[in-house]
Amino acid sequence: MFLTFIETREGKIKKSSLEALSEAKRRATDLGTDVGAALIGKDVDCLDPELFSYGAAKVFLLEHAELAQYSTQGFAGALQGLVKEMAPEAVFFAATAMGKDLAPRLAAKLGVGLASDCTAIAVKDGKLEFTRPIYAGKAFLTFRLKSTPQIATLRPNVFAAAPAGNAAGEVVKKAVSVQDGAIKGRVVELIKESGAELDVTEADVIVSGGRGMKGPENFALLKELSAVIPRSAVGASRSAVDSGWIGHQHQVGQTGKTVSPGLYLAFGISGAIQHLAGMSSSKVIVAVNKDAEAPIFKVADYGIVGDLFQVVPALKEEFKKLFAER
Amino acid sequence: MNILVFVKRVPDTESKIRINRETHAVVEDGLNFVISPNDEYAVEEALRLREAKGGQVTVLSVGAAEALVILKKGLAMGADEAVLIKDELKETYDGLRVARMIARTVEKRYPQFDLLLFGKQSVGADNAQVPSMVAEMLGLPQANVVTKLEIDGPSGTAHREIEGAMEKVVFSLPAVVSAQKGLNEPRYETLKGIMAAKKKVIPVVTLEDLGLTRDEVAPQVEIVALETPAARQAGKIIPGTPEEAARELARLLRHEAKVI
Repeated sequence: MFLTFIETREGKIKKSSLEALSEAKRRATDLGTDVGAALIGKDVDCLDPELFSYGAAKVFLLEHAELAQYSTQGFAGALQGLVKEMAPEAVFFAATAMGKDLAPRLAAKLGVGLASDCTAIAVKDGKLEFTRPIYAGKAFLTFRLKSTPQIATLRPNVFAAAPAGNAAGEVVKKAVSVQDGAIKGRVVELIKESGAELDVTEADVIVSGGRGMKGPENFALLKELSAVIPRSAVGASRSAVDSGWIGHQHQVGQTGKTVSPGLYLAFGISGAIQHLAGMSSSKVIVAVNKDAEAPIFKVADYGIVGDLFQVVPALKEEFKKLFAER
Repeated sequence: MNILVFVKRVPDTESKIRINRETHAVVEDGLNFVISPNDEYAVEEALRLREAKGGQVTVLSVGAAEALVILKKGLAMGADEAVLIKDELKETYDGLRVARMIARTVEKRYPQFDLLLFGKQSVGADNAQVPSMVAEMLGLPQANVVTKLEIDGPSGTAHREIEGAMEKVVFSLPAVVSAQKGLNEPRYETLKGIMAAKKKVIPVVTLEDLGLTRDEVAPQVEIVALETPAARQAGKIIPGTPEEAARELARLLRHEAKVI
């Protein structure tokens, strides 16, 4: 069995978990085995039908009052119990904030290696081969893990979430025990940033600005453009962030976030090597810059040499028209 | 407070990475190595906590003798002590074995500590594994990717970055915390600090000292290939006025690239 951890936020399953589940289904099929999905929390059983359609033969419900809020120790303990019982060949997580926090804790509990933030997984000679970016994408490492179960986190927005056609499966409730004092740290509050529901790592389209934005007030232009594009988020270069024009959580690059959106729109970004590393795996890159010699044009599929302050509003109007056509 | 900070030596972010395909290793010639940027936030936070609450800050690194340079930097920033945990293997991209070395070092040498600080990930291997693994091995709570940290007596509160929001995490001490950009602004070394750091002796701990067997630190990662990605090709420059170019770009994105 390939086990996939299913992450929920505010009662909804994350898209990236469905991507991980779909990839688990594809690789498990290669190896002639099936897929289980693990849901952890309290009162989560309303969520299962969707999981069967993405390939889960079984959905395991690990419920406990102590697991109502996320805690690394509580969730890792629950998963460890399930892994001991089911002895899966592999355990997949989405490489989200939660997945990256939880997977290494589980790996250490089991004393096994971990493949972090994978962008491709293959089966060769009956073994899983993981590929992941290092140096934020300046190089790619392909490797096997010698230990079992094979634990991996899968980068969001890279693997296709594809319904596998299963109509139904089995829901299995598993008893979870949480010892007193076992959870020494837990989430007590979720603090939301206003107007930034979607993270750059999850967005289908990133509208990104650099030094050419000239000041913090001009990021409003990019926010307005982003507002007309579904599933988009605003990104930024390191120099824009270090100048204090926008929060660091928007930073794309080697000391920020590595992203793989369908479309990356770079406005006033020259294309420093550490920035290019973080966004070069975008499917399509557009660069708008005054300087025709800017390195960003060497990686851009489409470029406009011109004044972004004229191009951005014009592009907003064009996108508005396009999305109205749908 | 007794704080241990773990730092790693990595190529700076302006580095162009070249690969030796035979040895599956990054070519180090010509690279400028620095303390991993996320680790600098961890060192700074440790120094600020010591300044506010008193105590001791020790910086530690797992690596070869070359890592002594970044430990000196930690001392020059103001750490009281530095220790090198000597690993004869080059980069293995394997968090488990590094976590085992760190956990064992803490158990053997630091019976009393309040906080283990890390960067959220090394800027290089990008694994983000070691802090959580060490926390598990030592039975400690963890808060990763932290942009705000408050310590109050026997407990701590951290803001940890998640997608589009922050999680407020409350935990008991001792604990593991990994630092993210935004936590603080790291200080520069002072000349006085650099001179003082030069005089300090950095003890070296070996795997034998830690009583770790070869099996315990054998890499779980078996490298098949290490490659640089194919260079992207420059595409087309769209001419015209801003309005014409914007219209053509929107058309191409929908009908040619089919991404919107």
